[in-house]
Amino acid sequence: MADKYNAETIISETHKKICNAFDVFDHESNKTVDVREIGTIIRSLGCYPSEAELHDIIAELEEEEPTGFVRYERFLPTMTKILLERKFRPITEDLLLQAFEVLDQQKKGYLEPEELTRYLTQEGEPFTQEEVEEMLSAAVDPDKNVILYKDFVSMMTIDDHR
Amino acid sequence: MRAALLIQRWYRQYVARLEMRRRCSWNIFQSIEYSGEQDHIKLYNFFGCLMDHFTPASSQKKWISHIFHESDAFQDMELERYFSYKIIEVPDVYSGPHLTFPLTISNVTELVDAFKNKQKLHAHYVLRLLEKTLMLLRFLPNINHVSTCKYKEITICGDLHGHLEDLLLIFYKNGFPSAETPYVFNGDFVDRGKESIEILLVLFAFQLLYPHDVHLNRGNHEDHIVNLRYGFTKEVLGKYRVHGKQILRLLQKIFSWLPLVTVIDHKVLILHGGISDKTDLNLISKLDRQRFVSAFRPMRGEASVRQEEAERDDGRRRVQSLSYSTAVRLRPDIPRHSLHSASRRDVGSVEEELSERRRLAGLGLTSDQGSAKDLQTEAWKQIVDVLWSDPMPQNGCVPNDVRGGGCYWGPDVTQKVLDRHKLQLLIRSHECKQEGYEFCHNRRVLTIFSASNYYDVGSNRGAYIHLGPDHIPHFKPFQASRTTRELTLRQSVGRTERSALQALRMLLFTHKSELMREFLQHDPQHTGLISLRSWAVAMETVLHLSLPWRVLRSQLVSSSNDGMLNYDDWFNQLSIIQPNAKIANTSLLETLYKHHSNLETIFRMIDTDHSGLISFEEFHQTWKLLSSHLQTNISDKAISELAESIDFNKDGSIDINEFMEAFRLVEQSRADRKPSPTTGQRTTDKLTTTQNLSDITR
Repeated sequence: MADKYNAETIISETHKKICNAFDVFDHESNKTVDVREIGTIIRSLGCYPSEAELHDIIAELEEEEPTGFVRYERFLPTMTKILLERKFRPITEDLLLQAFEVLDQQKKGYLEPEELTRYLTQEGEPFTQEEVEEMLSAAVDPDKNVILYKDFVSMMTIDDHR
Repeated sequence: MRAALLIQRWYRQYVARLEMRRRCSWNIFQSIEYSGEQDHIKLYNFFGCLMDHFTPASSQKKWISHIFHESDAFQDMELERYFSYKIIEVPDVYSGPHLTFPLTISNVTELVDAFKNKQKLHAHYVLRLLEKTLMLLRFLPNINHVSTCKYKEITICGDLHGHLEDLLLIFYKNGFPSAETPYVFNGDFVDRGKESIEILLVLFAFQLLYPHDVHLNRGNHEDHIVNLRYGFTKEVLGKYRVHGKQILRLLQKIFSWLPLVTVIDHKVLILHGGISDKTDLNLISKLDRQRFVSAFRPMRGEASVRQEEAERDDGRRRVQSLSYSTAVRLRPDIPRHSLHSASRRDVGSVEEELSERRRLAGLGLTSDQGSAKDLQTEAWKQIVDVLWSDPMPQNGCVPNDVRGGGCYWGPDVTQKVLDRHKLQLLIRSHECKQEGYEFCHNRRVLTIFSASNYYDVGSNRGAYIHLGPDHIPHFKPFQASRTTRELTLRQSVGRTERSALQALRMLLFTHKSELMREFLQHDPQHTGLISLRSWAVAMETVLHLSLPWRVLRSQLVSSSNDGMLNYDDWFNQLSIIQPNAKIANTSLLETLYKHHSNLETIFRMIDTDHSGLISFEEFHQTWKLLSSHLQTNISDKAISELAESIDFNKDGSIDINEFMEAFRLVEQSRADRKPSPTTGQRTTDKLTTTQNLSDITR
């Protein structure tokens, strides 16, 4: 019985993937998750939405009277659409590297921790203090006390098992 | 700026994926842990059925009957025999701490320092300390009432599970117990971790020193039958080869004398597991807690006069109360019950009867034999509920099928029980929590857990609580091991995950033949390939672990072509692990490995004199028991050959520890080695290390 990749199979596989991911956060086993975990679930399924895009999705998912929980019946169709339409495409290693290079205006090949912190907490969709600290703890080269972003990007993208 | 936005978007996705991985590792550990607990129950139920079915003359019955009917040699006079510390001499070469009684603070600090330096307390002092502890405990009530007016605040700790490092960390941060620094320790001091006896000795020592300021509640692991499986028995016998069994026997009694509940200011209820809709503190305060030696045994009878009758009845009651699905096959007339209650069957009349009896008992009138048994059953249920239950989000109260004992209770039950006794807050332990603590039931139930890195380094923090007269808990989380704090989030998640996945791979290995059968069903043409979708379906079908297989797939399956997996290759990759001993019969090996926890438990039960050795005959019997439990066929010849190959010194007996060593699967890729804990007779391979499933899942 060789599996044919017809539309039906793809959709049912997608549903199962979404269900698995949802269940990991369904602590009460009643097919609901805390709305604050939606972002994590969507991202863990391979999407790279911005915070603004996430807010839109959540607004769509919430009940008319927000309970703080999202039900699976609402989540499934929305998420299926997102996955099948391949919205929020992944950010490739090259793209990421380019972004760092843009920030490195003096073309030093590295970034100072204060520099990066400034950019990430003041521009775009700012990081919280905690997020910055977390990232720096992994990114900063302990000897030179700077961020060698080329190495950092390679290291982080190796983690990608897909 | 768009560049910043891109980096932020990417990083947040990365963190989300890490979080998902962390949750999955957590789920893996918990599933394996709870299915281990279920295994234990099933095994015990199986013995119950055997008890019922074998005639008294049967030799098999002899092996296991002592577990159920340990004759009440524990009359008080008999205790003298066990307090033979007097005849144990402390040799001059002993360099550990010497205790004087009554204990002084310098004794106890010396003891703590000694344990920090991995020293052992001599059996002579252990037995003396335990004897003193028992004497103290007998004076304590079932429910300790504590008041905060004397102190600024009380410190409450949860499960420690043999993690001495965590206890020492708590003492370091919070101070030793004293008249100014009172403590409540909420059970589960032993099992799983490797320094359980040290924890007990330290806690008992502090309690002897400050009996009004140190309070210990009993946990479900303060139970000698649970200890057979989860490591405490093994630890004590390993550390005290000559006097271990004496120490264990004394501890059995001590555990039964540990108080069950602590109440602070009549407002805060502290107990180990939880409550049920039937929980009644008045009843709990009146019962004879010391008769409840183990969750797996009926309450101890009054005297040996009724022993014979008890033997006949207890066997039957045993089957009724622990019945599970395996039992049903043999005794179809017994419906399924939870661990504790036969009274569940005839609820209405018994309840009325009981309340009448209770009333009478309260007035000091003696009850006849029939109602004495009912009271016993009722008392037993109260205790099991307190030690084994878990909270659930939904309203109601249902039997706790996962653990096999106690119940799951809902917020409505919390409200009912707390209000009934005019209490504000329930503090309990029993479940591992990520941050060391967790509220539920509208913040009226608080779980506190003090063993950090419980599943593996970096898996969770531990916590303790400060409670002042305002009864508002203040949490103090912590995590032992300097290395954990230095790891980044990514590294610590990676580490826990590797460990969880390794445990999972071991499990997959032990289910190899079943998985193969499933795979072949999906591949009727024997191409050797199946789709990844079929893989996930097969995993779900065979393993019965509710894990997100599709999420885990990328971790467990390293490569596939066009979404098709070559399952033979995949199995070969899994089996980078090989058995330590030269055992030719690989399917037997698989069976052995799969059930090694059960096997070890059976061995320890059969090893009646706790010598650590069993004869060939006993070994053979074990096999027969295990194979009937598993309903498989293991040939006598295979077993004999196995036994001979394990008996390394050819003296006709098998060392249990050596035997278990033989079945550890050895991972070839790791370079570091662990020294063998048993005698120097066997040498470990040079470039291999042992990775025992039970070490990881503990």
